[in-house]
Amino acid sequence: MKPEGQVRIPSGCAISAMISKNGERMSGEKIIESMKPMHDRSNGLGGGFAAYGIYPEHKDYYALHIFFDSRAARMECETFMNEKLDIAKSERIPTRIIAEITDEPLIWRYFVLPRRFALQNSQLDEREYILRLVMTINTKLDGCFVFSSGKNMGSFKAVGFPEDVGRFYRLEEYEGYCWTAHGRYPTNTPGWWGGAHPFTLLDYSIVHNGEISSYDANRRFIEMFGYKCTLQTDTEVITYIMDYLLRRQGLTLEEAAHVVAAPFWSTISRKDEAAKEQLTYLRTVFPSLLITGPFSIVLGFNGGLMALNDRLKLRSMVVGHKEDLVFIASEEAAIRVMEPDAEDIYAPVGGEPVIVRVKEGAF
Amino acid sequence: MKRINADQVHFRDLNEQLRNSNGEVELRNVCGQRFIAAGFSRRNIDIHGVPGNALGAYLDGATITVHGNAQDAVGDTMNEGEIIVHGNIGDATGYAMRGGKIYVKGNAGYRAGIHMKAYAEKYPVLLIGGRTGSFLGEYQAGGLIIVLGLYEGQEPIVGNFPGTGMHGGKMLIRSTCEDIRFPGQVTAQSATKEDLEQVRAHIERFCELFGYNVEEILDAPFTVVTPDSKNPYKQMYVQN
Repeated sequence: MKPEGQVRIPSGCAISAMISKNGERMSGEKIIESMKPMHDRSNGLGGGFAAYGIYPEHKDYYALHIFFDSRAARMECETFMNEKLDIAKSERIPTRIIAEITDEPLIWRYFVLPRRFALQNSQLDEREYILRLVMTINTKLDGCFVFSSGKNMGSFKAVGFPEDVGRFYRLEEYEGYCWTAHGRYPTNTPGWWGGAHPFTLLDYSIVHNGEISSYDANRRFIEMFGYKCTLQTDTEVITYIMDYLLRRQGLTLEEAAHVVAAPFWSTISRKDEAAKEQLTYLRTVFPSLLITGPFSIVLGFNGGLMALNDRLKLRSMVVGHKEDLVFIASEEAAIRVMEPDAEDIYAPVGGEPVIVRVKEGAF
Repeated sequence: MKRINADQVHFRDLNEQLRNSNGEVELRNVCGQRFIAAGFSRRNIDIHGVPGNALGAYLDGATITVHGNAQDAVGDTMNEGEIIVHGNIGDATGYAMRGGKIYVKGNAGYRAGIHMKAYAEKYPVLLIGGRTGSFLGEYQAGGLIIVLGLYEGQEPIVGNFPGTGMHGGKMLIRSTCEDIRFPGQVTAQSATKEDLEQVRAHIERFCELFGYNVEEILDAPFTVVTPDSKNPYKQMYVQN
């Protein structure tokens, strides 16, 4: 069987997210439940969750979640990491044995910081140092795959239906102020644990419903900056684009949204002068990062999330509120499961980001 | 009236229960089940909760009333019957419908009325009380779309690119449409009294369903949108 990366994957999918603007932590139970009415949007070949605020006791450490094919792969990876990182804690990620999830790899997590002298010698900032380390493990070490690498957050994913994946990882035992979820419908792939969503890099995570047609154009551009697209999935490239635009280029979320889902020139021409100038600038400077084809995504990060549809809105996405909670999902039914009395349910306009931030100091 | 509790019931079983009932049926606790009443005739179905995608697909004469919002692709390829939605509705409402009527009290998402078509006595009608997203009536080939924009803060009442690829049928928009840009192959002009008289029955039905006053609704400027030619693609590929 070919691993992912050698197979192209068109996908259908379901997404869901919930966030508390007051930073109040919620168990993973509701987000798991929200995926049930959307069951038929997935086909059991991938499900996953990202959770923010779940590791307060290690919040200053990068939490690396890693799949290993074998004990030998783990030993090799640990030897490599020991040279580069101070490992404060390492443990198996607790799972529950259930019939629906099989063939699991070894699943570990490490709370780490860069070794001081190694970091100094590298002349990189801390986040870039971690990013490069993740890229090295994922491309150079056989049988090892880092699928989560942010602080005080984590991604949990597997081959299976999302509600089963949630139970497998015992997500009801975690508490986070923000959760995102994904159910996958790859139609011609073997389905691999690393290929499930969310895709993450540092604290950025992406869940994605859609099939982007600009993958190769985007990939060629982003690979010039040290990102390695190892999986050939469109979601991976979106994750790297977001890291590039937000962390490296320092764009705001709105600006990044207007790069990847840039309005049509005809739409830009009808804006006021200031908006026209800004949108023209962004389209001109980053033409290769325009993402075309259908997508609805939720980008999670420490302290908030951004939901975005492609500019033609070829995928559904609805938003609802209740007190300080904001809910986002592919279908309203999923929101009703999380909060039956959710208010102001609406579908955002294609290309216009919905940005939710946890209030300062609450995460 | 027969009542069915749809809580945690799979759509296949739900439709099976519907198939085994006649006359008036009420569904409670619906949450995302797809294809409800697909292809059904001869029934009145009342839905409480949120019905899933493709509600009333291929509908063939049944009446469906949703007491709340509906999701995407309602009335996909429907042939006959009536779908009444008391809330908002998702994307691609009335996708390729070729008969029957859809009345929505609230707003519609993107691509409402995409590829509606008509033939002989089949003449589908889609009526939206609020506003619609972009690509209203995309590739419309027949039938009638009416958008009323009845609620506060609804300008413009249709999003970008309405009538893209439209080559048949008619749209009636309750607005002067000054801010709306239509594609080259359609004509948008002020509605005449005759235009409004022709659609009056549909607006009366809307008012009866949702409690509005016909005269108040009609006492506003309307714009009629029609394609320039019955066959705009005539010479696109070959001379014929």
